[in-house]
Amino acid sequence: MTSFLRLALLGFFLVFAFSVFRTPPALAQENPYIVAYDHYLEEPGNLEIEYFSTVGTQRGGNNFHAFWAEFEYGATAWWTTEFYLDGQTTFNDSTLFTGFRWENRFRPLQREHFINPVIYVEYENKNGADKILKEVEGHDVESDFLVSNAQARKDHIHEIELKLILSSTFKGWNFTENTLAAKNLSNSPWEFGYALGASRPLALKASAKRCTLCPQNLVAGLEMYGGLGDRHSFGLHDTSHYLAPALAWNLPSGWTLRISPGFGLNDNSHQFLMRWGVSREITGFGSVARRFFGGHK
Amino acid sequence: MKAVAAALAACSLLLAVSVVLAQSPNSGKPPAAAAPKYDPSIYAELQKAPEKARLRANPLQNDPDAVAAGAILFEQHCAECHGASARGGQKGPSLRAAEVQAATPGAIFWVLTNGVVRKGMPVWSKLPEPRRWQLVSYIKSLGELASVAGYPAPKP
Repeated sequence: MTSFLRLALLGFFLVFAFSVFRTPPALAQENPYIVAYDHYLEEPGNLEIEYFSTVGTQRGGNNFHAFWAEFEYGATAWWTTEFYLDGQTTFNDSTLFTGFRWENRFRPLQREHFINPVIYVEYENKNGADKILKEVEGHDVESDFLVSNAQARKDHIHEIELKLILSSTFKGWNFTENTLAAKNLSNSPWEFGYALGASRPLALKASAKRCTLCPQNLVAGLEMYGGLGDRHSFGLHDTSHYLAPALAWNLPSGWTLRISPGFGLNDNSHQFLMRWGVSREITGFGSVARRFFGGHK
Repeated sequence: MKAVAAALAACSLLLAVSVVLAQSPNSGKPPAAAAPKYDPSIYAELQKAPEKARLRANPLQNDPDAVAAGAILFEQHCAECHGASARGGQKGPSLRAAEVQAATPGAIFWVLTNGVVRKGMPVWSKLPEPRRWQLVSYIKSLGELASVAGYPAPKP
């Protein structure tokens, strides 16, 4: 690791710690999904900083801990842009940075409908050691992770990923369905995947008193996600699938905690994935940034 | 490795900017003397509510806790744009203008649910329906303010 990288890492953590404790809180109203997306975008001008972990079991190999940081910015009420940094530790092997992603979500319709579409476009620049399982696509299976980090990192992947997010909210419930198509920009076929989610706050009405650990701040849900093969062999054979209950706790201080144990549904899947995440919303980031750079007030 | 360093440096810079800016005196507070631009057309959204939506009654109208709960929700989700006392902020118009206070609860609920996406207001249907009605109760409880800083007095 170069000294510049060490310095950058140190600066990153110092700035992160400083920023989250010194900025004004805003209660986030996040769904508990870790893989699936609903149709709600980041509020315009807000920056949400998130950290997620996935600890996975590996039959025939070493268990792993994959992690990523997200910087999610509400560019407008109809466009959210997001930058990711990914890494992983494979036990008894090594720890490494695995790549970055740039994601954009667009809301084409102005108003709420029974089904609300969102268009998702992402560019990924990662290596073959990426294990965050932010989505499952194509013929992704557990045995892919048996390769050592030293070997896997030699494989460079430039990928475009498209999703159609269809999400509905009805009587406090959110139901979402994501269809995924991903294309490695090298000569690989289009790969497909899906994610489904349902969630609901534990209480629909807000309390007249401020509270932290109360049902209105907790959102419970269930996710299911998996691969659907590729252009040459579309379907469920040689694919992996997961079912994951999920819980989000939206704290009045502006923090959101998420936890989601995931269970593999077939022999191609990791048997168990333990995911958790923490996020913090920084309000008004965009307007102060404009002021800082001398833009209009 | 260069790409890693560049990415981390970019993130550090992004976060550094956010920290510096978050220390700005206005950060997270309602703009005091700032004069937000008055755009009467913003209130036209209330008129776009379909009749069925406009005529919906607030089911929590007689709920004694609705206004208090709505006040907390307003502070958590709305004050950033509309100002702590709903007189308008840098991004959102006054909710104490005659146009809002004269609107039916159903019309306000409809705007909350659908947002005004092209003009920067996100949809708030992610708040469950009872919470949106609690917000409507609070907004209607505020009453009309004849002249708000930066806003002309509403036309009779």
